[in-house]
Amino acid sequence: MEKGIVLKVENLNVKLEKEVILENLSFEVAEGEVLTILGPNGAGKTALLKTLLGLFPFEGKIEWMAGVKTSYVPQRLPFIKDIPMSVEEFFKLKNISESKAKNILNSIGLKEDILEKRVGYLSSGQFQRILIGWALVSNPQVLLFDEPTTGIDIGGQESVYNLLEKLQKERNLTILLVTHDLSIVYKLATRCLCLNKKMLCYSIPKELSSQQLSQLYGEEVKFYQHNHHE
Amino acid sequence: MSDQFLFSLISGIFIGGAAGFLGSLMLTKRMALVGDALGHVALPGMGLALLLGLNVSLGAFIFLLLGIFLIWLFEIRTSLPTEALVGIVFVASLAAGFLIVPEPELLEALFGDISMVSLGMSIASAIFSIFIFLAVGRIYPSMILAGISSDLAKSEGIKVKRQDFIYLLAIAAMVALGVKIVGALLVGALMIVPAAAARNISKTLKGYYIGSIIFGILSCISGILLFKFIGLPAGPMIILVSTIFFLVSLIFKK
Repeated sequence: MEKGIVLKVENLNVKLEKEVILENLSFEVAEGEVLTILGPNGAGKTALLKTLLGLFPFEGKIEWMAGVKTSYVPQRLPFIKDIPMSVEEFFKLKNISESKAKNILNSIGLKEDILEKRVGYLSSGQFQRILIGWALVSNPQVLLFDEPTTGIDIGGQESVYNLLEKLQKERNLTILLVTHDLSIVYKLATRCLCLNKKMLCYSIPKELSSQQLSQLYGEEVKFYQHNHHE
Repeated sequence: MSDQFLFSLISGIFIGGAAGFLGSLMLTKRMALVGDALGHVALPGMGLALLLGLNVSLGAFIFLLLGIFLIWLFEIRTSLPTEALVGIVFVASLAAGFLIVPEPELLEALFGDISMVSLGMSIASAIFSIFIFLAVGRIYPSMILAGISSDLAKSEGIKVKRQDFIYLLAIAAMVALGVKIVGALLVGALMIVPAAAARNISKTLKGYYIGSIIFGILSCISGILLFKFIGLPAGPMIILVSTIFFLVSLIFKK
């Protein structure tokens, strides 16, 4: 693999229970890039992340840079509310020292007293920060972030992206980001991949054409266009 | 204090504690009925052991392994949900068990009999319970993580299937021990009810599993004492006491 390339995907095909989930994807991600993965519901965005993490069987080639560490921030964890567990204990599932936990809290903008709180009772915004912090414990070079589509208020969401931007700079992270939100694409992404089972575009955000977007989202896209063009 | 009473108390303390500990994971893995199902699977094995004059727990354990293997085999062969397969194996075992277990021993096989616990049995209970604590304690954090999300656990490099298998073996060992005390029908409750009570009142994971262990132990001690001094059957009393803990825990629910 060429130098500076973190991930190379060639002719990736994923089928689950005989249904085609992803078809013929090829792309590569360079170090320090923020690749956003765009697409309507059911387009296979989450499936793509899970396949890259090795959770789904696939055909084709997925090649990670040798020795690279990845971490996954899942969309939501509905069952965590059922388990009595403090934030501190949630971090300790990863065998982390207290000082490191505090260090991480600091960099995700939360105060230490949150360690005592029960994970299931956090606000959705706080919980998402905790998930990001949790993913950072193993000092990954690559973060695979699955954006929650519901349950986080606009303000909370905004600040999560500010946080991602900050972390990306501080730690020189490479980020693969699944999102619905086109404004994020223009703000944060260095490259974007439009997905609807097949790859519909693969470009730098500026070059995303309205034609590509309407192909991707159908009618919905008109709303987005007003936001971002001129 | 008679030796017999002491033996049953020792067995009860170890088995109750280990059962509560295992139960705490059962709730987080959303597999609350697995213990129940396996209790029924143990029944034909207990029957055969009684007929052949062998140790009941040994007979139960062999049939439990067989039952787990069958469920696994069916799982590969069909696309039915595991629940349905477990259901089939468990009613079939209950029916077969009813035919095999000799009639005089049927009640004790179904509801347990603490009055016949030997020195050997209490030593075996202690050893196996400690073994269960050690084996499951090692995988406890990653089992919790897999209970939260198996995808997240796998992405952290945890071998979820292997752990589930170790956990299932521990449950099988627990059931084989537990049927002696509370019987095939109630052994599932021995694991679930103390954990459910502890979950209601705990805020932390540590509080939760320690609470499960303590409720398990207290239920067993109380049931055995009620048997000793009032003559009520120990198995059903153990489960009823733990149910009382559960009801009280609802009041203090956090």
